[in-house]
Amino acid sequence: MSEEQIRSLERQFDEKIARDEKIEPKDWMPEKYRQTHIRQMSQHAHSEIVGMLPEGNWITRAPSLRRKVALLAKVQDEAGHGLYLYSATETLGISREEMYEQLHTGKAKYSSIFNYPTLTWADMGAIGWLVDGAAIINQVPLCNTSYGPYARAMIRVCKEESFHQRQGFEIMLKLANGTPEQKEMAQDALNRWWWPSLMMLGPTDDKSVHTEQSMKWKLKRKTNDELRQQFIDQTVPQADILGLTIPDPDLKWNEERQSYDFGEINWDEFWQVVKGHGPMNKERMKARVGAWERGEWVRDAAMAHAEKKQARKEKQAV
Amino acid sequence: MKNENLYNYILGIADNSLILGQRMGELCGHGPSLETDIACTNISLDLFGQVRSYFQYAGKIAGDGRTEDDIAMLRKEREYKNVLLVEHPNTDFAYTVGRQFLFDVYHLAFLKELQKSTDLTLSAIANKCVKEVSYHERFSSDWVKRLGDGTSESKEKMQNAIDDLWTYTDELFHQTEADKAMVAEGIGVDVTKLKEAYYKNVSELLEEATLKVPDLKYFQKGGKQGIHTEHMGYLLADLQYMQRAYPNMEW
Repeated sequence: MSEEQIRSLERQFDEKIARDEKIEPKDWMPEKYRQTHIRQMSQHAHSEIVGMLPEGNWITRAPSLRRKVALLAKVQDEAGHGLYLYSATETLGISREEMYEQLHTGKAKYSSIFNYPTLTWADMGAIGWLVDGAAIINQVPLCNTSYGPYARAMIRVCKEESFHQRQGFEIMLKLANGTPEQKEMAQDALNRWWWPSLMMLGPTDDKSVHTEQSMKWKLKRKTNDELRQQFIDQTVPQADILGLTIPDPDLKWNEERQSYDFGEINWDEFWQVVKGHGPMNKERMKARVGAWERGEWVRDAAMAHAEKKQARKEKQAV
Repeated sequence: MKNENLYNYILGIADNSLILGQRMGELCGHGPSLETDIACTNISLDLFGQVRSYFQYAGKIAGDGRTEDDIAMLRKEREYKNVLLVEHPNTDFAYTVGRQFLFDVYHLAFLKELQKSTDLTLSAIANKCVKEVSYHERFSSDWVKRLGDGTSESKEKMQNAIDDLWTYTDELFHQTEADKAMVAEGIGVDVTKLKEAYYKNVSELLEEATLKVPDLKYFQKGGKQGIHTEHMGYLLADLQYMQRAYPNMEW
């Protein structure tokens, strides 16, 4: 293809996105578009799968049968999100095995929030309320993103996430209205999850490397700082309803901006965790790699069995 | 308690689902593939759903205000009446599907009979459960076939699991005092009558999976009397942790 032809294709591609039309797997797309989407979508899928671990940690210890069933269903939803996000990413020409390989070798990232430990039952509430809350803010704009399979997957993901968020808030509400011990457990969880949740919205705009291009492709509609402000403004009144205190002495309503001012985020901590040195990075990877390696003989057996079955069928046909 | 036999009878059924659900729940996030992970979580979810229906009914029969959670989480180890089979740990995936398969074949046959119970609550629960357990049985028997007739490694692992777990199958067909009383009233299922078809079905599937049917003369029992394996205490420590550490609270 001549350079001129490529430029013409690129022009048509950009116009299509500007008209809010979807890009589908068989459409021509610039290589950078494909690679950026593989990176972001697989990272999203990995986050769902690694995200099963901190919550899975409390399934056997959930305090009531009702909570146990709800938690199981929630973690199962996450596995389902992972499954269809992997499938959507596969439409860009990468296999699930390759994506796992990238996760297991550390080449692909996942959301850093899952590198924090879940220490009490209240963490199940805080994760649902704050982490899923921040995830929704990140993800709702993606329902209109330019790549068709991703946009369609996100519509379903967002519906379930908002259910999870309400469920998490309800866990917190029960604790906050419970005994002093329960309320203390809820406050402690908020103290530990608040700042990592703010970090989930990504580095500040001046440090964010992908923003401009992602905006053009509608992978992003608002900047990280705008999303973070939106999250804070939406969450502070919810903390008031719970009667819990957000662990930020600088948090204050700004009448002029009609928004909350907030304190300095510890970006050193953020980068430490992103670079693989958070409290649980090694354990999370060990769990994923371990499950994959322990499962190898099972997957091999399933393949071998399918081949034998196929061979028998062909023999019968002859 | 006025209806103690019925109460104990329900616990005898539900404890199997409770303990197996707990075991399957341990695997969440750690399965050999995403699809099997989802399936195991789903089975756990079904089983706990069943447990809730049974224990809500048991709570009503007890009539002293005890809740489904009190029954599920605040008994002593000796008061749990599940069979030993279901408390066996997830040694590896062959044990997990082997345990599931050996229980599912029984469970499905049991529920089909329980659908005929003269107790309308129990028959309604059985009607709901039978659909779920048909799926469990299909999942577990498919995996026994895959692993049995897969690679030589998987065959060896599947055979080991079946050989080890076989010793717990006989107990499925033992009758407790509550069983006998409920059978006499037309409420309960006579499990002794399920035994022959069980071994026939299980053996046929093992043969299809190119596995050997264990030839065992001695079996383990005790679960139905509350005498469990050493694994049980640890399982209960997890299950009961919150209720024991924070008693009398709502969650």
